[in-house]
Amino acid sequence: MTTIELFDVGEPTTTLWLPVFASLVPAGFPSPASDELEELFDLNRILFRHPEATYLIRVSGESMQGAEIHAGDLLAVDKHLEADHNHIVVAVVEGECTVKRLVRRGTSWWLQAENPAYADYCITEPDNLRIWGVVTHVVHELIPGKLTALLRSRD
Amino acid sequence: MYGLVDGNNFYVSCERVFQPRLDGRPVVVLSNNDGNVVSRSAEAKQLGIAMGAPFFEVRELLRRHKGQALSSNYALYGDMSRRVMARLADQVPAVEVYSIDEAFLDLHGLTAFCGTLDARVQRLRQDVLRCTGIPTCVGMGPTKTLAKVANRLAKKYPELQGVLRLDTESRRERALRALPVEDVWGIGRQYAGKLHAHGLRTAWDLSQVSEAWARGQLGGVVGWRLVQELRGQSCQDLNPSEDGTLARQSLSCSRSFGQRLTAFDDLWGAVTTYLSRAAEKLRAQGDQAHILTVYLSQDRYDSRVPPPYTRSATLTLPGGPSSDTLQLLSYGRRLLERIYEPGRLYVKAGVVLDGLEPPGRGRQLDLFAPAAAAPAPDAGRAQQLMRTLDALNRQFGRGTVRPAATITPAGQPAPWQGNARHRSPAYTTRFEDMLVVG
Repeated sequence: MTTIELFDVGEPTTTLWLPVFASLVPAGFPSPASDELEELFDLNRILFRHPEATYLIRVSGESMQGAEIHAGDLLAVDKHLEADHNHIVVAVVEGECTVKRLVRRGTSWWLQAENPAYADYCITEPDNLRIWGVVTHVVHELIPGKLTALLRSRD
Repeated sequence: MYGLVDGNNFYVSCERVFQPRLDGRPVVVLSNNDGNVVSRSAEAKQLGIAMGAPFFEVRELLRRHKGQALSSNYALYGDMSRRVMARLADQVPAVEVYSIDEAFLDLHGLTAFCGTLDARVQRLRQDVLRCTGIPTCVGMGPTKTLAKVANRLAKKYPELQGVLRLDTESRRERALRALPVEDVWGIGRQYAGKLHAHGLRTAWDLSQVSEAWARGQLGGVVGWRLVQELRGQSCQDLNPSEDGTLARQSLSCSRSFGQRLTAFDDLWGAVTTYLSRAAEKLRAQGDQAHILTVYLSQDRYDSRVPPPYTRSATLTLPGGPSSDTLQLLSYGRRLLERIYEPGRLYVKAGVVLDGLEPPGRGRQLDLFAPAAAAPAPDAGRAQQLMRTLDALNRQFGRGTVRPAATITPAGQPAPWQGNARHRSPAYTTRFEDMLVVG
């Protein structure tokens, strides 16, 4: 079962204003787009719709690799959102936290892994399952090691 | 109507959010260096584990019942507290952060639009539970003291489903009769013994004493205000933490300003004053604090101001627990900078110190013993400075030596000082105010 590790969020994030450009960035030749600066946008407002209810949690294991969630990634998990069919959720199963996709098949609900090597979990006893929060975003680093180093350096 | 909301077994509840396997098991959180129990789950209470019990005395009992003891994690508790307070501040007219896990709610005027107050408060509890995982109880009453009473009872009796409202005479009487007098907010151990000796056993008995008796036996005007609050008459200035009779696990200091303030320096002056005072109290009871909260409130009756009216910021002291005024001030300034917004009109500020523990690494200390005279002597210059500061202020009067940020031009009252235009001179205690006759 994929395990997760809570990451201490620490102090509240401050606003980070980033410019948003109206033109799309072509994947071919880069265009100087400074004329098309539309507005400043706070990335935190996209990532953290409910800041007080959002928690950062780290992933271990590859049970969700089909959803592009990999070991070492950071998840933004919103406890305010109501979990629904097809959401990726952090769930508490028999006292342990796990990240899985919540799906409805007919009348039953399942916690579905996104990796054929892992079995799905049928929620036969709703009492044994608690939805901890809904995963809203994944932070996946493209330069391996930096994120881990950054998080470790906070300890 | 006031509300008092507090987190059930707060430290344990914070731990359980991230370790669900601890649900249903006896869990305790220990003080610094794993000395004493400072938070207990319901299951741990049922085992008879007392608040403040030394860890070595309960270790075996916990092991036998598959329980768990955890070292305190103030960084986590501080962040969870910030989240709880922010959810509350979003939904009620005003919040006064009272400790890491307690806040007074101003519920005036809520009923007209929101169905019954009980239903509204239940939704508030559900929201906090959902967004943070922290279960809470809420007491409501026409005074802060009665809200505290209601909260105690809401916690004690699960059939109340976490909410009790004391808004009728009969409810108030029944509640006060059910509450032992030592559980009344502001009655310390010293007073509890005295009250028992006079045959006063319940909060109801206390509410029936005469004004003269309360003033004579319960510390003057503070005691009389307490009795009035129990009777349902709100005393705005009530601040039982001023009595200094009981070592607390949390210290707060807040005041409404005499006028609306908008300049950062004025607000900083106010926060400096309150924080200096709180740090002084902290040292007087021989403790250090792990967590510092600063909050600012805007006028909730100003229709131009959108909620939330209170913004707070909480910090776990990065250098470990402290009682050093100057150190606390440097952190306090950072917190104030984080919540301050230019152009807003603020009417109140406050500071809260939490996670209080006596200093002295590895020593076994009784949390609830009377406050020690002073912490162990140390060569540290900062400690020496604080001792000198406290000694000077004791000898020459409060505020004789204080941080420069609180100083105003001669003869001018500080802009944050409350309105006291109708207060008579301090004829008997201030040289300048002595009655002069020709």
